[in-house]
Amino acid sequence: MSIWPEERLDHVDTEGFHTVDMTINVGPQHPATHGVFRMLLTVDGELVTACRPYIGYLHRGLEKLSELNDYRQAMGFWDRTDYLAGLLCEQAYCMAVEKLADIEVPERAEYIRVMLSELSRINSHFMFLGAFGADVGSFGTSFTYAWRERERIYDLIEEVSGDRMFPTYCRPGGVTMDLPENFEKRCREVLGHIYQGIDDLDGLLTGNEIFVERCRALSPLTTERAINLGVTGPVLRSTGLAWDLRKAEPYSVYPHLKFDIPVGLRGDVFDRYMVRLAEMYQSARIVEQCLEQLPGGPFLNPNLPKNLRIDDAEAYVRIEGTKGEYGVYALAKGGNKAYRMKLRSPSFCNLSALSEMVVGHYVADAIIILGSLDIVLGEVDK
Amino acid sequence: MNGASPLPFGDVFFGWSWLDAIIRIVIVVLLMTVVVVYLTYGERKVVARIQQRLGPNRVGPWGLLQGFADAIKLLIKEDIRPRAADRWVFEFAPFLTFIPVLMVLAALPFARDWGVRNVTLGLLFVNAALGLNIVGIMMAGLGSGNKYALLGGVRAAAQMISYEIPLVISILCVAMVAGTLDLNAIAILQEDRPFLLLQPLAFVIFFTAMLSELHRAPFDIPVAESEIVGGYFVEYSGIRWSMFQLTEYASLWAFSIFGSVVFLGGWEFPMGSDWGWGWQLFLTFVKSLAWIIAVMWVRTTVPRLRIDQLMSFCWKVLLPMSLVQLLMNGFILVYDWPQELLTLTSGIGAAALVGFVLYRTARHPSVAHLVGSYKRAGAAAQ
Repeated sequence: MSIWPEERLDHVDTEGFHTVDMTINVGPQHPATHGVFRMLLTVDGELVTACRPYIGYLHRGLEKLSELNDYRQAMGFWDRTDYLAGLLCEQAYCMAVEKLADIEVPERAEYIRVMLSELSRINSHFMFLGAFGADVGSFGTSFTYAWRERERIYDLIEEVSGDRMFPTYCRPGGVTMDLPENFEKRCREVLGHIYQGIDDLDGLLTGNEIFVERCRALSPLTTERAINLGVTGPVLRSTGLAWDLRKAEPYSVYPHLKFDIPVGLRGDVFDRYMVRLAEMYQSARIVEQCLEQLPGGPFLNPNLPKNLRIDDAEAYVRIEGTKGEYGVYALAKGGNKAYRMKLRSPSFCNLSALSEMVVGHYVADAIIILGSLDIVLGEVDK
Repeated sequence: MNGASPLPFGDVFFGWSWLDAIIRIVIVVLLMTVVVVYLTYGERKVVARIQQRLGPNRVGPWGLLQGFADAIKLLIKEDIRPRAADRWVFEFAPFLTFIPVLMVLAALPFARDWGVRNVTLGLLFVNAALGLNIVGIMMAGLGSGNKYALLGGVRAAAQMISYEIPLVISILCVAMVAGTLDLNAIAILQEDRPFLLLQPLAFVIFFTAMLSELHRAPFDIPVAESEIVGGYFVEYSGIRWSMFQLTEYASLWAFSIFGSVVFLGGWEFPMGSDWGWGWQLFLTFVKSLAWIIAVMWVRTTVPRLRIDQLMSFCWKVLLPMSLVQLLMNGFILVYDWPQELLTLTSGIGAAALVGFVLYRTARHPSVAHLVGSYKRAGAAAQ
């Protein structure tokens, strides 16, 4: 038995050797796919000539489940889409439901949501830095450096909400409970560690000649092509377009906050990495401002109905997720459950750029390009 | 200088030459086993230290018995042979990678007159034996019936053949200075200064090429964990897989002893021969430990090169520089110029090589194009 199909082995020209391309299956269980993503690479020696992505290994029926459970129960499933930044997904879901039912959110709750969402964004980007460093081959050192800070952020989120990855902390109309008393002190402490952690990773990765050589000028994406493919988030911003929904369509309390949108120039892998690194500083900046501006008052709208029933209504809410535009479409036709919920997941759309980006590169680079897209399979497969 | 005799080091045990050889081989193999077990433990501890972890600390005091526990586990695991594998090629490959390392160990002087056999052409023998390693690796890659293994095997072949050349030339430079190929004699010649001082460029080239021959980061392309999940030994399990691990660490050890004899003066350098075999053994082990820790340190902090960068670094940088070094040595030695010139020319070369890399590192991360404050300054300004 051979790994080559028989007809390929017989395929030898009379004039000499006739080479055939080889297909390599990467995933669904592979250290570089960050989950259960699978891609079928056709390689000519070490060069990739074609790539077919296969998804769906983590499909859990999020949208159907949201139709089968009432508005408050369904929120738990949305944590599990972008599971590296669960609070962001909760925020998007709650904003959609609030828009459906015209629920007012107290300002304090908005600040708390934004603050924790930005912490989650930092958390997710730390995960990217660690995993991307491992993809490039730094033997887990970047991973443990990133993990150190992630643990601190998770601890903080646990102190606030009672859970680390899937806090289920937001509610339509506010947040479940108020912040703990020593939150500001703890948060500033964690922020200090975050700055230190970003500097460490910056030194470990950006300060390394080999890392920069590997990423620079690799698979550049133009702005037009990125828009045509539906790419959003840091990958789009790395091409030079300052498209960030927090600025473009300000929601929640973002109009009151000062921050910049880091953009790249060439749209190559190195720019994607640098944009994320720069974004982490901006997110930390947002958290600091939130801590200063945090108003008093209720954390949950006191006039909420016991059982949320929404008559005919339709809403589409999009926020800037960690990976790009995180859109939630909700349709209500009476009753305490949504008639239809739809997730526009940024990872899924970004993934569509993969197959044309890896063609013509080495196998080793295909792994890096996949890593630079920073997909989360929970979000891709819903 | 006792380089002229092909006899064993020192006195013959029990009078018979063959019995003597067997006893010495058994001692070296037992020593190697213990060293390898503690090298795996040591590597895990060193890596853990750099990565801010604890490392193994459960089996025995400070986890000291962890290596033995792993060895027992590997011995009793099932030895799986995939159906697509070529039976005999697959099963013999681990032994064919291991035997060359054993041959090398038989020719290394651990202290004055301590070793299995003193080979007059020791330098040549060691290089020839290490070159044989590739046969087993190619067999493993081709015989496994796995495409990852095939890629790993072919990558290993390309890499090892390329890096063999600068490796051998850098050692030839030392051989020119020493005027002998006998390892014992080379060590004795370094009584007042190690050859590192005379040939720093050769040392740098040797160290780099050694990392490549050992498949260590940043040249761990054949065994790239995040790309081809282990490369040529991906299909092996149990005892055969542990043979590959044994080979890896035994050759690391052999290379470090070889390198410390050739460049750092082995058992001879700071103390001279008069201090007795205990001190000499201690010196050899301390020097080889320094090599090994340097290798581990590089491994944890440096990402992996791409295959074309690897090749161009070898053929465009290492090979010309080693040839220039060889040429300069020839001039200086033929015209009997003072030895300080050797240090000077080689030192300039080494400084140029290291400076070139440092210059590129310093030139690189230009984050000026990233709009927004990149560093913490932005957060403070608000």
